[in-house]
Amino acid sequence: MTTLTEVPETSAARETPARRRRRVDRLPYLLLLPALAIIGVLLLWPLGQVVVMSFYRLNSVRQLRGDREWPWVGLGNYADILSDPFFLTVLRNTVLFAAANVLLTMVLGTLVGLLLNRLGRKMATFVASCVMLAWATPALTGTIVWKWIFDDTSGLVTWLFNALPDGLSNSLFGRSDWTGYGWFNSPLLFFAILTLVVVWHSFPFIAVSVLAGLKSVPSELHEAARVDGASPWRVFWKITFPLLRPVFGILIVLSTIWDFKVFTQQFVLAGGTQDRPTFMLAIYSYAEAFSPPPKYGLGAAIAVILTLILLVVTGFYVRMVLKQEDES
Amino acid sequence: MKKVALNGAGVLVALFAAFPVYWMISTSLKPSNEIFSATPQPVPTHPTLAHYREILTGNLIPGVSFLDFFLNSALVAVSTVVLSGLVALLAATAVARFRFRLRTSFLIMLLVVQMIPLEALVIPLFLMIQRLGLYNTLPSLILTYLGFSLPFAVWMLRGFVAAVPKELEEAAAIDGASRAQTFRRVLFPLVAPGLVATSIFSFITAWNELIFALTFINDQGSYTLPVAMTFFFGRDDTNWGPVMAASTLFTLPVIIFFLLVQRRMVSGLVAGAVKG
Repeated sequence: MTTLTEVPETSAARETPARRRRRVDRLPYLLLLPALAIIGVLLLWPLGQVVVMSFYRLNSVRQLRGDREWPWVGLGNYADILSDPFFLTVLRNTVLFAAANVLLTMVLGTLVGLLLNRLGRKMATFVASCVMLAWATPALTGTIVWKWIFDDTSGLVTWLFNALPDGLSNSLFGRSDWTGYGWFNSPLLFFAILTLVVVWHSFPFIAVSVLAGLKSVPSELHEAARVDGASPWRVFWKITFPLLRPVFGILIVLSTIWDFKVFTQQFVLAGGTQDRPTFMLAIYSYAEAFSPPPKYGLGAAIAVILTLILLVVTGFYVRMVLKQEDES
Repeated sequence: MKKVALNGAGVLVALFAAFPVYWMISTSLKPSNEIFSATPQPVPTHPTLAHYREILTGNLIPGVSFLDFFLNSALVAVSTVVLSGLVALLAATAVARFRFRLRTSFLIMLLVVQMIPLEALVIPLFLMIQRLGLYNTLPSLILTYLGFSLPFAVWMLRGFVAAVPKELEEAAAIDGASRAQTFRRVLFPLVAPGLVATSIFSFITAWNELIFALTFINDQGSYTLPVAMTFFFGRDDTNWGPVMAASTLFTLPVIIFFLLVQRRMVSGLVAGAVKG
């Protein structure tokens, strides 16, 4: 036995360390090759290409197919966008929407996470299952259902407002008949409903992540603080929050990234790309590029601006994850 | 007293979260006069499958039925799953089983590319699809979704491969199994559950996607289900019965799959920040 195992070892060590290492080294690269190729061609190359496209005036599909030349305009597209006062509206919409949604999602998600941690087992399972349903529902159908709930004739919300006593409804809103009321017509109401839809979709992830974090914290700490008479508010900020700080950091960054590029919900709720006053960066870029007349170069420039904003946020995210991996 | 308040809050949260899903299914089972009645019925008083029958037997456009769109979507999603699972397994094995120079760089790249706003890639990928002559074909979507689902799939599978004890493979190697045999006979069966979980995420990504499908497919017969739904049901004066029936059929597979794997979602996304 001993001789058998010793022989290959010594011979390998003496004669062929270089050859062996080379042979072993090549395999992982071979295994990685397909994944690298796909990520390179389908994610990284387009990312570079969108920057390239933003420097050209591209107004027809024939240019994309290569049948017509691409006129270089340098930073012309960016100049057009940044000098257009409409861009400020879009940017304001995007930033305010993202800020409001991140805040609401985080607050609601955290509260639900804390609640799930305190509930009895049966109740917690029940509530968690319901919360999962909201998370699992595709953005598309979730939004369609909310649209139905806000339908202007038979929608539940319209019925609810109609059911208010006429006097109360009149003094509060100046109308008592809500049938035919366009819930999506004013930008502010549209954004309120969009916020409702997006928060409904995204709070479950926060709740479940916070719950998972809470489970990893020894409960003695909380009990001790409570025995000492600390209020729940103080317990949260003095114990829970500092312990879960890395989790909160990552959740805030992820939420920010997601809420900056909301598209499907807005597209479905607005019924397409016609509702310009409610445009945010993602849908603005899409509408400029694909609504006739197409302006691919201009759309690409807007996409680059969106990407740059998110790049900064992503920088924070990667730093946080790497820090976590180091510590664990 | 405190317990009552907590449970009450729990019921409110459950109601808020689950109500839209309940309302979708409930509406889909109501006859039209109940859907459009002045006072909404909380539960269908005369449940009917008429709306389901209507979508499943009728044609949305001449010659194309709901089922055709369903099949388009399924074809795209399943192809994405198979391709992405295969490629991800190879890459995950490399990352979990070998120490090599570019390993850390590759892992960081995986994290970074997951953060690329896909919405920003519509225009350049549209260019690529046009150049490749894939415009208006389902493979254009398979290719696109393969790219989108792969980074997360590798990231997730990495953990499953790493969890298989290395000793098993070494034992197989000592018994004279070749590398390919070890991979196929030892590693693969043990990673299979992880592969299933990963596949479900790729499936959901591909199944739910709207923007790219909207942009790359022009021929109505090749629409995927999400596009067909926004196109045919997004108009004014919507007939909510069939819309809710279609939405239910679209949503149910996702919910079922999702509930099977949601645990991994959290650990995958917060990547090590949450333990447990």
